Amino acid sequence: MAEKIISPFFKIKDSHTIDVYEQHGGYEVIQDVLRTKTPQDVVDAVLKSNLRGLGGAGFPAGRKWSFIPKDSPKPKYLVVNADESEPGTFKDRYIMDNYTHGLFEGIMLAAYAIGCHKAFIYIRGEYIRQAENLVDQRDAARARGYLGKGIFGTDYDLDIVVHRGAGAYICGEETALLESLEGKKGWPRMKPPFPAIEGAFKCPTIVNNVETLAYVPSIMKKGPEWFANLGSERNGGLRLYSVSGLVKNPGVYELPLGTPLRDIIYEHAGGLLDGRKLKAVIPGGSSSPILTPDEIDVKMDYDSLAAIGSMLGSAGIIVMDDTVDIVRSLYVVTRFYHHESCGQCTPCREGTGWAEKILKRILDGEGVAQDITTLESIGNHIIGNTICPLGDAASMPLQSYLKKFRHEFEARVASKNGTGQVVEKTVADWN
Amino acid sequence: MSELAFSPEAQRQFEEILSRYPEKRAAMLPTLYLAEKEFGHISPEVEVYVGKLLEVHPVKVREVLTFYTLFASKPRGKFHFQICRGIACDLRGCTKVIEHLSDKLNLKSEETSADLRYTFTEVECLGACETAPMMQVNEDYHGYLTPDKIDKMVKNLK
Repeated sequence: MAEKIISPFFKIKDSHTIDVYEQHGGYEVIQDVLRTKTPQDVVDAVLKSNLRGLGGAGFPAGRKWSFIPKDSPKPKYLVVNADESEPGTFKDRYIMDNYTHGLFEGIMLAAYAIGCHKAFIYIRGEYIRQAENLVDQRDAARARGYLGKGIFGTDYDLDIVVHRGAGAYICGEETALLESLEGKKGWPRMKPPFPAIEGAFKCPTIVNNVETLAYVPSIMKKGPEWFANLGSERNGGLRLYSVSGLVKNPGVYELPLGTPLRDIIYEHAGGLLDGRKLKAVIPGGSSSPILTPDEIDVKMDYDSLAAIGSMLGSAGIIVMDDTVDIVRSLYVVTRFYHHESCGQCTPCREGTGWAEKILKRILDGEGVAQDITTLESIGNHIIGNTICPLGDAASMPLQSYLKKFRHEFEARVASKNGTGQVVEKTVADWN
Repeated sequence: MSELAFSPEAQRQFEEILSRYPEKRAAMLPTLYLAEKEFGHISPEVEVYVGKLLEVHPVKVREVLTFYTLFASKPRGKFHFQICRGIACDLRGCTKVIEHLSDKLNLKSEETSADLRYTFTEVECLGACETAPMMQVNEDYHGYLTPDKIDKMVKNLK
């Protein structure tokens, strides 16, 4: 039986409560760590475990923690990124609903490791029920002395604040999230300074994704080697893959880092709908470059996907079969990035809007031959030229869909309204 | 018109909110949520009031209010339908259910019915793609939508 860590809790009744969590060994390791281990021991263990940042960037979690200055007199903050908004991603919702105290225990361990006494959970505004549950369970933990002054009878203080966002994808970007937490519009900051040096309220801050933190208790409990060996090289452990789109069983699947994409789609998510053929797969949330059917033997880890020019991102796998109109899919994805562009950087603010409009006119049968190269040019001018990765996130679908499914775009700009009559339009027709 | 002010209960909640943060301004989003609940929607007068409470210029409140999508700057219906048009829902045929709901309510995206019963908004991905096509009605998510299911839901709203 393959190892699972978090997902068994998805099937246990009332698994979000303290009692059920403790019946399954919860809150044992934090008590042991607080009494017998130093903060550095926790950082070292997480480093050794090869736990990567599971929000999307994949940065080694232990290394991030080690950037917190040890001699700073300022308070340190841990900010939990629960702004789950990348299209195709819904795993953090499962964790918050079903593994609430596992997340809290991860927060406690991380906070202890970096010397933090106040953690903020920044949760997307639409997750109202999840935020209510976090508050209720946080209060329950406080009532037992697991949070607050001197947690678990030690002299270590920690409290958790639940902070709701208000509908903005950009606030999943860590510096936009910090701006938002400070009560401002979510405009990303220039880095450096990195949050570890100057983050929330100008204090050293670590921003970690929900899922990243939820795996920390298992690392401290069963050991970093055990965790590292569950995954692939430099990509430790398991993770939660969100599978959506046109598969038989969309859902969250907990599997090792490095599991072949093919197995996730066909073995775990039940394969395609009857009689359909695979056309394309988005491997890591809608910003990740799209894959064709001959690329799905790739191992789902950060390094393997980077090697074939895509990315693991949030591991939100979106499956498209042969009934899908790829031009429409790119339009829907681009419309999203245009809607969510915060407007700070010109290339992203303007470029995403132009791309959306051009894709709309191609869809409406009004496309012109040059539209394809114009779209490519827009993508090339956004990528790398913006403060935050939203610009890249918008460009990567543009570039990859146009490269890998070019014939579909060409067919659309060459025929008008699907009458079969080939009408090659040029830009001159528009002037 | 009398001066706007929180009720004693809302004032108590506001003070609890302030105590969570090292800086007053950080209470902006939760205070706006509280103000929306208290006053129904966030009018320009409420913006000024929140600015006073947090000791920031009202323009900083307006800037936040207009940046985020969830705050109501005009009255919304008793039932707010936020229906997802994201890529995963699109693949699962959300266009059909969006049209159906829009026709049924006789509202276009971001419109509110004259009797203030319904508000209808097409929204981006809500993070429940495994249940596509889906929507949020007030606090709750509803998935695996079909025109039939929508008809039943609308009928049963109290």
